[in-house]
Amino acid sequence: MNTVVTPAIDLADSEGYSANPTGARLDADRVSAWFGTHKVLERVSLSMPPGAVTALIGPSGCGKSTFLRILNRMHELVPSAKLAGQVSLNGADIYAADTPVTVTRKRIGMVFQKPNPFPAMSIGENVIAGLKLTGTRISRRAQAELIENCLQRGGLWDEVKNRLGDAGGSLSGGQQQRLCIARSLAVSPDVLLMDEPCSALDPTSTRRIEETIGTLRDQVTIVIVTHNMQQAARVSQQCAFFLAEQGTPGQIVEAGSTKDIFENPRDPRTADYVHGRFG
Amino acid sequence: MTTLIDLQPPAPSPQPDDDAPRSLRKSLSLTDVIFRANARVIAALVLVITSAIGIFLGYQLVPTLHAYGWRFLTENQFVPGINLIGIAAGLLGTVEVALIALIISFPLALLTALYISEFAPVWLRGALSAAVDLMAAIPSIIYGLWGLLLIAPRALYVSRWLDEYLGWIPIFHVPGGNPRAAEFFLAAYTQSPFIAGVVVSMMVVPIGCAVMCGVFQQAPIGEREAAYALGSTRWGMIRTVVIPFGRGGIVGGTMLALGRALGETIAVLLILTESFDIRVRPLEAGGATISWLIANFWGDVSHIQLSALLAAGFVLFVITLIVNTLAAIIVNRSRSGSATEI
Amino acid sequence: MTNLASAGPPQVHMGAAVGAPAEPSDRPRAVTAMSTDYRLTLAGSLIGSLALTWLLYTQILPFSGVVGFVICWYVAYVAMFATVTALVHSAPIVIDRLWTAVITGAASLVALALVSTVVYIVVKGWPAVHHLSFLTQPESKGSPTAPLTQGGVLNAIVGSLIELGIATAISLPLGIGTAVFMVEVGGRFATVVRTVVEAMTALPDILAGLFIYAVLIISLGFQISGFAAAMALTVMMLPIIARASDVALRVVPGGLREASLALGASQWRTIWRVVIPTAAPGLAQAVILGMARAIGETAPVLICSAPSVFMNGNPFVNPMNSLPLYILTGVRSGEPRFIERGFGAGIVLVVLVLILFGVAKYIARPRAAGR
Repeated sequence: MNTVVTPAIDLADSEGYSANPTGARLDADRVSAWFGTHKVLERVSLSMPPGAVTALIGPSGCGKSTFLRILNRMHELVPSAKLAGQVSLNGADIYAADTPVTVTRKRIGMVFQKPNPFPAMSIGENVIAGLKLTGTRISRRAQAELIENCLQRGGLWDEVKNRLGDAGGSLSGGQQQRLCIARSLAVSPDVLLMDEPCSALDPTSTRRIEETIGTLRDQVTIVIVTHNMQQAARVSQQCAFFLAEQGTPGQIVEAGSTKDIFENPRDPRTADYVHGRFG
Repeated sequence: MTTLIDLQPPAPSPQPDDDAPRSLRKSLSLTDVIFRANARVIAALVLVITSAIGIFLGYQLVPTLHAYGWRFLTENQFVPGINLIGIAAGLLGTVEVALIALIISFPLALLTALYISEFAPVWLRGALSAAVDLMAAIPSIIYGLWGLLLIAPRALYVSRWLDEYLGWIPIFHVPGGNPRAAEFFLAAYTQSPFIAGVVVSMMVVPIGCAVMCGVFQQAPIGEREAAYALGSTRWGMIRTVVIPFGRGGIVGGTMLALGRALGETIAVLLILTESFDIRVRPLEAGGATISWLIANFWGDVSHIQLSALLAAGFVLFVITLIVNTLAAIIVNRSRSGSATEI
Repeated sequence: MTNLASAGPPQVHMGAAVGAPAEPSDRPRAVTAMSTDYRLTLAGSLIGSLALTWLLYTQILPFSGVVGFVICWYVAYVAMFATVTALVHSAPIVIDRLWTAVITGAASLVALALVSTVVYIVVKGWPAVHHLSFLTQPESKGSPTAPLTQGGVLNAIVGSLIELGIATAISLPLGIGTAVFMVEVGGRFATVVRTVVEAMTALPDILAGLFIYAVLIISLGFQISGFAAAMALTVMMLPIIARASDVALRVVPGGLREASLALGASQWRTIWRVVIPTAAPGLAQAVILGMARAIGETAPVLICSAPSVFMNGNPFVNPMNSLPLYILTGVRSGEPRFIERGFGAGIVLVVLVLILFGVAKYIARPRAAGR
């Protein structure tokens, strides 16, 4: 039986740790998920505190992405999808009937595996697309400042500052992904979810994005799904190891600080996975 | 131990360079030779038949212009009895009816396509798509019946209302209408290009809708999810992702519908009554389109007048051809091009 | 130190352990897109706008009639709905709901038009069509003013089927053959053929009829007959079938052709035994949809044939009636009984089109993978 996980992470270990992280706390309490009658997650509980990057690791097909999509109410876009359990943002259930889903998605942003800038918009327009979509109006000058600010935080400003009017699709894969990160930041989310953001990118772009994640850590709470263990070891402070054994729904086998998961795993399956004996 | 590779270029070889492509004899079996020849013959036959139509129709311009001169295109009256042949009114009427049909059908087709692809429950979508295809397959005579006997008597009240309240705009005016009279003169409104346009619009909505719907459903799911993940509502997502993606299909489908509306005969034949004035008053009874001219007068014309009718048909054909070709080009150039089949 | 979850497969707990906190039930929770607030706003606006329109309709607003009422009600409903939503929610949500209302309204209008067409035809044509004699007797057995039990549309049905048969018999092999040439043989000539064929799909139907009339009947002296009408239908069908077959053949993966050639088959064998059978559902759908379109064509048969009232099985001698032509003649006559018969014939025509359409969709239905 899964218990509610509240690991005592020693965050002072991590470099660049800010004493006052500004993200929000995200808690999942016994979340189960189905597609139709097929159960894919079994009572998953996890706490994702601000100021830290939480990595969800595990072999493919064990529900990590499904769990991530439950965190910002994208799971329910699939017609046959169902879920049970609670997800709380700073204590408030995001699935409560009186919370509009659009507000939740604004506060909990997402970056996808395949970069998806809007091709009909320029680079600058892409960054502030979220404002338009959520009906937030700001002055021209504030828009320009926001574009620069977000592109800086996304690590793309220097490369595009002179061509903000170019089409969104004209960038390389890594640049597009950083543009998507900047776009997500523009709506000032409290949490940023990242679903294997580097799996479609080359190693150089991957490194840039990992650097970006490092600098964003104390501004937004970050939860990242990755099947690359080394990446998890590099960027995260807390890890949760997902596993779905044959025919059973996915579960968290073990969760804790990254250091402990990699150096002192308690479950033999965790040890096998982090040492590369299966994947 | 590794081997060192000699990086010096080799001494030029005294032998002839035999790295040239060798010629292969085209070796087709006898069956294939016969097959390819047959296929070529069939295609040539079809080419001859289909191009013969275009050439024949186009060729009719020669005797027509010889007999009637360029007045053929500028004269608005078409009265075979006194050999007064002109298609100006017909051309104007064709464009008028087609435009009215387009104005009515474009928003309906677009919104219905959006409904089917974005709002309808998933299980209903297939049935609705099939229903739209079926609507396109229903013969125009059936729509003609429905239009003439069910819609026309009611649509003329719309005409009267437009004349009464917007009649100060010249395009909505109906001289002889007198809408405020206690028993207003119905006949002034009945057989108008407006009503014909309403019926034709019904016929072309499924054509545009089918193309647009197919295109909208191809909008990439990655971009849709990106919009939702930013906190967008469904309409925001549609406006940012689906419609920009489907621009090619929207334009292409609309132009395809326009091409159909230009050539529509039966609905116009049943509804319009004869009038050869050059005027733009679609609410007023009377009008003519080129296909209406042909369908009305084909039996009553002399030999040379038949050539004139054929030449008029050629003009119509050229117009529809240009519209359809433009539609195909626009669709092929757009992002949704590969997804659309015009 | 990590927190360890239990090893092994999860157990379903039917009851909590004594003293342990109650678990949330592991049952799916409802996540509705339409919250209660939305439903109430919707219902309230509908009723409120109805009441408002009712009150104001004849007094203040310059409209009359049912259609005007519905339009006013719809406008009032949308306005009310938008206002109420705007009181509580932000702009994007108001706009989203507004557009949802508009889009749903437009789709309903189109659906209503389609349904009204079908219902109208059926209701008006039923008095004629439910007599068996309507389907089994030709026109000559009755007259336009005779009661509906005398005389029918058999000659028109037969005429339609014969004309369609001839047209299909010619355009099927020619159309598919051209498509085979364009796709399998290819080359510059094929590009020319493709361009011309695509251009001819834009031909208005009346011109097909006029062309045949001018060439076959006037110049070559043929009679106005079923054959001439069939030729006009062929001219219409040929480019459509050729183009649709072209698409169906191009969808066949090139790998299949290569596999066949690699086994030593000739090109002809490859096409006949591999490509065409693979493309067969698409080809059949192309042909049948062409037929469904041709059977309803009125303009070509109007010019190339005449509404004869006699049974005529010979397409070469004497004119042949067909269903669309019969309907057109009936409606234009202005004679009420004849119009009724026209509606009856309309039902027959729609049923034929439906059958063809259904067969086409059935043949081309997506099959389970691994067929």
